[in-house]
Amino acid sequence: MGILEVQNVNKSFGGLKALQNVNLDIEEGTIHAIIGPNGAGKSTLLNCFVGKLIPDTGTVMFDGHSLLGRKPHEINQIGVSRVFQTPEIFSDLTVAENVLIPCFAKRDGAFTLNALARVSGETDVREKAEQMLIDVSMQDKKDMIASSLSRGDKRRLEMAMCLSQDPKLLLLDEPTAGMARADTNNTIELLAEIQERRHITMAVIEHDMHVVFSLAQKISVLAQGTVIVEDLPENIKGHPKVQEAYLGVAT
Amino acid sequence: MNTISKNDKALLMFVGIVAVLAPFLLNPFPADSAMAQFNAGYPDLMQRFAIFGILAIGFNILFGLTGYLSFGHAAFLGVGSYSAVWMLKLLTMNIIPALILSVIIAGLFSLLIGFISLRRSGIYFSILTLAFAQMSFSLAYSVLTPITNGETGLQLTLDDPRILDAANTTGNLPVTGLFGLEMRDTFTLDIGAWAFQFNIGYYVCAAFLLLAFYLSIRIFRSPFGLMLRAIKTNQTRLNYTGLNSRPYTLAAFVISGMYAGLAGGLMASMDPLAGAERMQWTASGEIVLMTILGGTGTLLGPVLGAGFIKYFENIFSKINESVLHGWFSLLPDGLENVIVWVLHFFVGKGWHLTLGLMFMLIVTFLPGGLMEGWTRIRNKIRGDKGGGASPSSDAATTPAE
Repeated sequence: MGILEVQNVNKSFGGLKALQNVNLDIEEGTIHAIIGPNGAGKSTLLNCFVGKLIPDTGTVMFDGHSLLGRKPHEINQIGVSRVFQTPEIFSDLTVAENVLIPCFAKRDGAFTLNALARVSGETDVREKAEQMLIDVSMQDKKDMIASSLSRGDKRRLEMAMCLSQDPKLLLLDEPTAGMARADTNNTIELLAEIQERRHITMAVIEHDMHVVFSLAQKISVLAQGTVIVEDLPENIKGHPKVQEAYLGVAT
Repeated sequence: MNTISKNDKALLMFVGIVAVLAPFLLNPFPADSAMAQFNAGYPDLMQRFAIFGILAIGFNILFGLTGYLSFGHAAFLGVGSYSAVWMLKLLTMNIIPALILSVIIAGLFSLLIGFISLRRSGIYFSILTLAFAQMSFSLAYSVLTPITNGETGLQLTLDDPRILDAANTTGNLPVTGLFGLEMRDTFTLDIGAWAFQFNIGYYVCAAFLLLAFYLSIRIFRSPFGLMLRAIKTNQTRLNYTGLNSRPYTLAAFVISGMYAGLAGGLMASMDPLAGAERMQWTASGEIVLMTILGGTGTLLGPVLGAGFIKYFENIFSKINESVLHGWFSLLPDGLENVIVWVLHFFVGKGWHLTLGLMFMLIVTFLPGGLMEGWTRIRNKIRGDKGGGASPSSDAATTPAE
């Protein structure tokens, strides 16, 4: 029994079949990588998990709930957080405020009209947010406006925002895209540490094989909208089908 | 835990003191001097400063925090005015029931309009609100004449029921009041050549302005206000953070609609008539101008912007050609005529031209409005920290852009 079960998911855009009979099972507490060449349908699949897209057929079950037909904020409320390919943060607000918002969302739910409370008075939420910033070692930047952060720090901040909600499942869409090798390694360390300490289940979409093989405990390879192989990392590397998908048919 | 921070308290105190001393501060020139026409310390105008201040504060809660630009806020102002006048006609000349009803009706009306308009964002939202406001204006002007009295506007009459008040036997129209205090009562204090006017109506408006300002500080500093600012900067992230932005924007819309209703109610309480032109799109545009001119997303900005525009509207529009001739009478005739000819485009009926130029200059050189100008001056005085001074330590400006 996985925490996220995807069964027979199909999705077409006009004549293009983006996903065909996709089956996926992500086990609780593991890091599951989804790899595949460009256009394989990785992002489409991820969008089906978070409520941005609704599959034409098939089921997506998370922790006993069906995710189909739920809105993004409802899916987040039941424990799925998402890190985007380009960091989606509140760029006009300070780093501290960026982390405060998910903490409030986690505590208060989708809507509260707490117009007469004070942010500075909500000590429990503030402490949690501050602790989160310390965990990702950004506490010295907490008064900076988020848009002035470096790209790596923006990603780190987005990760902190997601983690501050203690999600059961963290979806990461190319978490190291456009990063220098040193930053990539930092991110790998950060993710590995989070996994070890918090046992959060993660689904990672990634192009960088260095990241995939350092982190993943299981790998699904997607090509042309179907899962061609799902196996342990050591079995993936030399798999003929994977090489075929990435490099074309050997002649 | 529920007290407000030191900086905010200082700001509130500052606004309070300015509001109390306004009859002095706005009356710097002796009554009979040539400069007396630049005095703004007469009851009518001071009331308008306070009322439009409330309106702009409310508008800023929507536009400044969430970034949703409503082009139909005048509709709520008008609805508030009509409700207030009806209360004054039917119930009593005491303004309290009038104000309560105007806030409630404006709130309900904004709930309806907001519920529909907020399904879209950006320019489509603006257009929807504009359409609703124009629709309200046209309805008030024509079909709804039994309620709004159409072109003439809704007015008090001698045979209104006013069921809570004693029968009116004087043959004059009754005046609005607050438990015996008459709104039009003015006490004039003559000190030397100066005449300072203290008007009850103004102080009632100023009290409501302070209340409105205090509430807006609380909303700005609350978790709710934080969510509203988050909506402005990134709705996608907000949705993926487990928050539904729709109820937040709707709440902000209704709150700012209620502010507008209060302003409309006060307007009718000071001068008990309500006309449809109060709902016209030019009135809505004026609210937007006030907020942008003063500083969108800042606490004090909208009040300053409202004061600025109302001052120009009332003072510059009173300067006519003969006044100009008076000023330049020392110059040779030919030159005098040329200068007066040039300047008369900018004053009197042409005050909009001056306002337009000022608006262009401010938006071009101070995109953050008057408040940005103030912040820059203060930073200069404090020893030129340069443009990158941290805005988070600032009492009046929360990061607006």
